[in-house]
Amino acid sequence: MNSARSLLVGLALGLASLPAKAQEFITVASTTSTENSGLFGHILPIFQEETGIAVRVVAQGTGQALETARRGDADVVLVHARAAEEQFVAEGHGVERFDVMYNDFVVVGPSDDPAGLGLAETATAAFAAIAKAGSPFASRGDDSGTHIAEQALWETAGVKPAGNDWYLETGSGMGATLNTAAQVPAYALADRGTWLSFENRGDLEIVFEGDPVLFNPYGVMLVNPERHSHVKVDAGQKFIDWLISDEGQVAIERFTINGDQLFFASAKQ
Amino acid sequence: MVRRGWPMMDTRASILPLRLDRLGFSAGGADLLSDISLTVRSGRRLLVIGPNGAGKSLLLRLCHGLIQPNSGRVIWADGSVRPRSQAMVFQRPVLLRRSVRANLEYALSVSGMARVQRKAPTDAALRRFGLAPLARRAARLLSGGEQQRLAIARAWLLQPEIMFLDEPCSALDPGATRLIEETIAGFATEGMTLMMTTHDLGQARRLADDIVFLHKGRLVEHGPAADFFDAPKTREAGAFLAGDLLW
Amino acid sequence: MASNPFVTAFELIASGNPELIQIMGLSLRVTLSAVLIGCLIGLPLGAVLALTRFPGRAGVIVLFNALMGLPPVVAGLLIYLLLSRSGPMGDYALLFTPAAMIMAQGILILPIVVSLTRSVVEDLWIEYEEQLRSLGTSRIRSVPTLLWDGRISLLTGVLAGFGRASAEVGAVLIVGGNIAGHTRTMTTAITLETSRGNLGMAVALGTILLLITLTLNGAAYGITQWSGGGGR
Repeated sequence: MNSARSLLVGLALGLASLPAKAQEFITVASTTSTENSGLFGHILPIFQEETGIAVRVVAQGTGQALETARRGDADVVLVHARAAEEQFVAEGHGVERFDVMYNDFVVVGPSDDPAGLGLAETATAAFAAIAKAGSPFASRGDDSGTHIAEQALWETAGVKPAGNDWYLETGSGMGATLNTAAQVPAYALADRGTWLSFENRGDLEIVFEGDPVLFNPYGVMLVNPERHSHVKVDAGQKFIDWLISDEGQVAIERFTINGDQLFFASAKQ
Repeated sequence: MVRRGWPMMDTRASILPLRLDRLGFSAGGADLLSDISLTVRSGRRLLVIGPNGAGKSLLLRLCHGLIQPNSGRVIWADGSVRPRSQAMVFQRPVLLRRSVRANLEYALSVSGMARVQRKAPTDAALRRFGLAPLARRAARLLSGGEQQRLAIARAWLLQPEIMFLDEPCSALDPGATRLIEETIAGFATEGMTLMMTTHDLGQARRLADDIVFLHKGRLVEHGPAADFFDAPKTREAGAFLAGDLLW
Repeated sequence: MASNPFVTAFELIASGNPELIQIMGLSLRVTLSAVLIGCLIGLPLGAVLALTRFPGRAGVIVLFNALMGLPPVVAGLLIYLLLSRSGPMGDYALLFTPAAMIMAQGILILPIVVSLTRSVVEDLWIEYEEQLRSLGTSRIRSVPTLLWDGRISLLTGVLAGFGRASAEVGAVLIVGGNIAGHTRTMTTAITLETSRGNLGMAVALGTILLLITLTLNGAAYGITQWSGGGGR
C-alpha cells in the first residue's frame, strides 16, 4: 500500500510538473492572420536567437486580442484594426502604437466569377456587384479586423447584407470561413497571408485585388505597465524595438509562401 | 481454556458471559422482540430455534451490536459496549471483490494488525479451512459452500471468544452443510462459544448444548438441549418439534 | 495541390513528426494530470457523499449531477475569468499555461467522478454495511474498502472523464491560448490546422487521438475481463 501510494504521488508530481521553462518569455496577443500564415514561425526564431527571449503567441480575433491585452493577460499586442488600436492607446491600455507592416485583403470567389468582379474598378464596386447578383458571400461575422474591414466596404457600397439569404455569417476564423466559402462556393474577403497559406482552396481563386482601401495595416503596442504592473516592460519593448528595426523589417519582408511575399514593412524610422 | 488470539493480539479480560436484560425491539409499531432475558455462558453451543418470523436473526444482530435495542440491555462481562472479541457469520456471506487471501487479510487489517504480521495467521486459516488451493482465486467466483467456508475462516481469524452464526447452512447442499457443521463442532471443542440460529431441527439436535426457543418475538424456552428435545415444557415448543407450528 | 489528407497523415505519423509528438505528449500530460486530480478529489468526495447524511446533501448531489452537463466552454470561461490578470487569481500568472488547462479539464472531470463514485459506493454500501460493521470497520475505513471493491465500475467513470477531457477543445483554447509548443493540444491543433486548410496534420492528430482513446478503452475492457471474478 505504501509503495503504491508513493508511486501515485510520484506520478502526480511527474505529470503536473511540465517541463520547467526557466527561459525568459513574453506573451503576445495577436491575430489569427499573423499566426496562421506562418509569419511568427518565420520571424520569432530569429528574434529568440538574438535576444534569448521566447515569444508565446496567443492568436485570437483582433477584438479578442485587444480584450486579452486590456485584461493584462499579454505583454504586447499586435493586431490590425487601426481605429480600435488608437482607441486602445487613448484609453491608456497601451503605451504607444507603432506601425509594423501591412498586408492587403483580397476578394476570393469561385473561378467562374458569377457576379463579374473581374470587371469592377474599385472594391466598393466589387461588393456592390456581389449584392446585385445575390451571389453567396461568406463573412467572418466575428468582429475581427477582417470582419470590420468587410463591414466598412458594404457600407460604402450602400448595401445592408445582414438578413439576405446569400449572406453567410460563419462566426469563425479566417480559415474556417475559407473552408466554408470553398464548399458553397461563395465569395469571401480574406487577408492575403491566410489565403496564400491556405491549402484547401477547392475552386476558389482571387477575383479582385489591389484597391488601396484593401490595405491592412498592423500596429504593435506595449500593454501599459501603469495598468498592469506585471507587464514585462523590458522584454516586451525589446520585441517591439526589434520588430520596427531594420533587422526585424527585413525578416518580415523575407517571409514568403511559394515565392509570394505576404507582409510589407511599414515602420517609420 | 485454550489460548485465545494470535500472539500479536492483546488479550483482554473475558467478555463472557453475555447477559441480555429484558431486551426489546420494535419497528413500524410492531414488537419484533420483547422482554428477552437470558445468559449466554462461556464455552457453550447455544442454538436459537423457532418458526419463521420468530425473531432469531434479529436476536443475533442485537447481541452482535449491529442493531440497537429499543428497550433493555446487552451486557458484556467486561463492561464494554461492543467488544472486539466477537464475530458473525451471515446467512449469505458478503465477500469482498478480492482474492480469498485478501478477504482474510482484510479482516486482520481492520482489527489493527500490522501488514507483516498478517501472513502467518492467514496461512494458518487457509490451511485449516482447506482454502489454500483457492488462495489466489476471486472470492466471488467460489461455490456457495466454499464462500461460506471462507466467511467462517474470516470470522475465525479474528479469534473471537464468541461467534454468532445466522443460518450458515441454509443455502448449502448436504455435503457442504456437513463440512460446516464439523467445522463448527471443532470450534466448540477448542473452547469457542457459539450462538447460532437454524431452522433445521436435525442440525440443532446435532450441534446444540443449549436451546433457546423463540416464538412471535418472545423467549418461550431456554435450557439444555437434551431436556428440550426429550420433554418440551410448553405447548408451542411441543407443536414446533412435531412440525405443527409454522409461524 | 491538396494531396490526400489521409496519405499525409500516415506519413506524418510514420515519420514521427516532432511537432506531432510534442503536441501528443502535452495533451496526454495535461489530460492525465486532470484525471488524476479529478480522481484524488472526486473519489473520496463521492464516497463521503454516499456514506454520510447531512443537511443539503441532496442539493450537493443534484449540483454535481447537473455539472456533468456543464458546457466545456463555460468551464473554460470561468477558469479564464479566475486566472486572468484582472481576475482573483491573476497574481499566480497561470493563464495561458498547461496548469490552466489542467484546471479546466479537471473541472469537467470532477462531477463525472463524484457522481459515479457516489452511486457506485452507495450501492456497494447497501450490500456491505452489515458485514463491514460486523468486522469492526469504521466509516472512514470503509471508504477505501468500497472504492477498491467498486474499482471496475469506477474505472468506467474515470474513462468517461478522460474521454470528455481529451476530446474537449473550447475550454483549453480559452484558458491555454493554443500557444505553439506551449499550450497547443491535439484538439486545439486540429481546430487550427483545419482552419489553415492543413487537413493532413489535422487528420493525423485526429487519428492519434482516436487511437489513444481506443487503446485506453481496450485496456480498460481487458482489465474488466481479466479481473472479472474480483469485480463481480
